[in-house]
Amino acid sequence: MPAQIVTITSGKGGVGKTTTVANLAVALADNGQKVACIDGDIGLRNLDVVMGLENRIVYDLVDVIEGRCRLRQAMIRDKRMPELYLIPAAQTRDKSAVSPSDMIRLCDELRSEVDWILIDSPAGIERGFKNAIAAADRVLIVTNPEISAVRDADRVVGILEAEEKGTPALIINRVNLAMVKRHDMLSAEDVLDLLSIDLIGIVPEDEDVVVATNRGMPIALEPKSLAGQAFHNIARRMKGEQIPFMDLDSQGNLWNRISRLTGRK
Amino acid sequence: MGLFRRKSRSANSAKERLQLVLIHDRTDITPAVLDALKDDLIQAISRHIDIDPSTIIIDVERDGRSQRLIADIPLRSISRRRTG
Repeated sequence: MPAQIVTITSGKGGVGKTTTVANLAVALADNGQKVACIDGDIGLRNLDVVMGLENRIVYDLVDVIEGRCRLRQAMIRDKRMPELYLIPAAQTRDKSAVSPSDMIRLCDELRSEVDWILIDSPAGIERGFKNAIAAADRVLIVTNPEISAVRDADRVVGILEAEEKGTPALIINRVNLAMVKRHDMLSAEDVLDLLSIDLIGIVPEDEDVVVATNRGMPIALEPKSLAGQAFHNIARRMKGEQIPFMDLDSQGNLWNRISRLTGRK
Repeated sequence: MGLFRRKSRSANSAKERLQLVLIHDRTDITPAVLDALKDDLIQAISRHIDIDPSTIIIDVERDGRSQRLIADIPLRSISRRRTG
């Protein structure tokens, strides 16, 4: 079966796109899936360090597109997983080195090799973003429960609708439960109500993510951590499994309340 | 002042502010445009029926991912017109 191409984007920078891509890739691979991730942030590559593969880069995305190597040569295998690959971004070039049709051509070639292609989009809504969504079958938007991140997410949803990419699904990242409880942070329900799109995951703020990233070990490799679990749940929902949302709030079942809010059962 | 001392519940302000900002971002209708529209509407309606301009409310409301323009135009009742 040809791969599903999923682009992870956000509008605002620093909300956790790259961390999300690394962890969803690890979680899907851990689930027996063949996964390739592409760092779409030409000139500001980071997926390599977050995954801990920075020392193994020989060729990059632009090398493939400009014909200096074959696709296979630019795919770095993550040895911790049976079938997980990274295609790194070029660091010494800029976004104009790649076009949307380059991305479509590359993904078409890659499609038959894996089950999933995850594309890490750069922040913003310019060329790099356009490249990242060009080949996508599906788009996931990462946001944080704060004003600027939600506003930018809304802009991106609007652009995706205008470009007929369908309605993306939402990942609310870095939810600080204590702050939500004392009403000093937007709750997941608030964010969903504002953006009015489908939810695919809520990731609690977790110091272990910083620690894991320091070591180049995505948190999804630690299934006991809360954030790691949240990423595993999202990966399973991407595969179409019905996984209830974690009860992150002691005042009743969050999923029930979200169901009511979105009118889903 | 008491910004941090007060039990702030700042999430509410965030949500209210976002609700307004998102409407503007999505529609590109500024308060000035809305005011101009309101004046035009009042003029047009007043040519045909008797209304009190001060009671008219024109606003953009969110409905999921779409926005709608809501105009609330109370009509003067005939009895009130006669007495008043």
